[in-house]
Amino acid sequence: MAKDVIADLKRDYIAKLLAKGTRADGRRFDELRPLKVETNFVGSAEGSARVMLGNTQVVVGVKLIPGEPFPDTPNSGVLTTNAELIPMASETFEGGPPDQESIEVARVVDRGIREGHAVDMGKLVIEPGKEVWIMFVDIHVLDYDGNLFDAANIGANAALKTAIVPAARAGKGEDYPLPVLHQPVSITSVKVDGKILVDPTHDEERVAEARLTVATLETGNLCAMQKGLDGAFTQDEVLRIVENARRLGSEVRSRI
Amino acid sequence: MGGTPTDLKLIDENGLRIDGRRPDEMRPLKIEAGVLKRADGSAYVEWGLNKVMAAVYGPRECHPRHLQNPERALVQCNYNMASFSVDDRKKPGPDRRSHEISKIISEALTHVVFTEYFPRTSIDVYIEVLQANAGTRCAGLTAASVALADAGVPMRDLVASCAAGKVADTIVLDLAKDEDNSGQADMPMGYVPTSGEIVLLQMDGDLSQEEFGKAIRMNVDACKKIHEIQRDALRRRYATKAEGPEYAVAPETKGVA
Repeated sequence: MAKDVIADLKRDYIAKLLAKGTRADGRRFDELRPLKVETNFVGSAEGSARVMLGNTQVVVGVKLIPGEPFPDTPNSGVLTTNAELIPMASETFEGGPPDQESIEVARVVDRGIREGHAVDMGKLVIEPGKEVWIMFVDIHVLDYDGNLFDAANIGANAALKTAIVPAARAGKGEDYPLPVLHQPVSITSVKVDGKILVDPTHDEERVAEARLTVATLETGNLCAMQKGLDGAFTQDEVLRIVENARRLGSEVRSRI
Repeated sequence: MGGTPTDLKLIDENGLRIDGRRPDEMRPLKIEAGVLKRADGSAYVEWGLNKVMAAVYGPRECHPRHLQNPERALVQCNYNMASFSVDDRKKPGPDRRSHEISKIISEALTHVVFTEYFPRTSIDVYIEVLQANAGTRCAGLTAASVALADAGVPMRDLVASCAAGKVADTIVLDLAKDEDNSGQADMPMGYVPTSGEIVLLQMDGDLSQEEFGKAIRMNVDACKKIHEIQRDALRRRYATKAEGPEYAVAPETKGVA
């Protein structure tokens, strides 16, 4: 990714607002941006969703293709998550093979789905040990205004929830809905000037010292986390972030 | 042209096509300008079952630098298909087909942009095909023109683009996927309505001279209509949005949570 600079003026502006207890878009520190989830957006995908989280816009498509299981999990489907931070979405994204940033987004989303048992992978077996469904979760970022992790996670959850296993097309029996078990919803927070902000915009991300993504389940349990950037959190900050993630996660889940 | 034999009846006894269209009838086309916030200009096109997004960045510093032209701007288009845009998952990233399409769209757009106003810069056009159903390069070029205008790039005119082709020995406009797969010819075209210039033209398959003439005329007529829809999208964009861009959603979006 190209080096992304931010003017001192903007940095000061954000800091001054935070000192007054508000943010550039008028949100509280623990408030998400407006969320819109539109499912079945792409007819050529087995499941899909377009997510708008503030001005961040992501399309997630799920494709299912018969393939070989991994030798160590002969009775389980295969999950593959891929993110494309295409140049359309930001002047700082470049074409070409995935860079570290898109790999991190894909892996964090993958971890949430996998560890949160979003899908009953055992039901994606066609012939044990020989043939299973390979589930591709492809994340396509169209407009980047921060917090790709959550926009992509929400999109993945919504796309999986509406996906149909295309068994008839592959000559493997009748189509059936993807066996979805859980909705592991992630909520990302950043630390700016010692303050914890959920769902950061691009400008907030650029001045952030540290970032923490927390995925939670219906039970309120945590299923995946990822800390990023070179700053640090205190123990108390982490607890607050997790508490926010549980509360906001269940709010988001009710809208997927 | 594939020309794969098919059981589908491409033209029925009433002279209508698989989806009920007349031979010279286009699929429904909707264009929305200014749909992305980050880009300098953008447009979203739904054309039949095609869903295509275009974004423009620039004029900005030209990369790679050795491509810089001291006399004019370089229009660099990048056409990309999302992996989920087709039935079989497409391997992400550019292939030979997308390189070729990027090149011909760049060339078509270069013709209408006043590139001499911005020496040494690059105007980057990104076309993302989200859902494909034949005719994505035409949809991409049509969207890209609107995105360039939305970005305020000075242009001679908008390029409109449409394809004509041949199915069941009949010349038809705007082939859908089923027709393209088993059709006899396909001819995408980019057209500048105010000057009458053709800035993109490809053909594959088999057409007689007479059929070719008919296909061209059909495309020209269609492009004039498309041009109106493009202009209307820009008018709506600037009539309703006096302020900076905010994303807009296609009017009939369904399943909104």
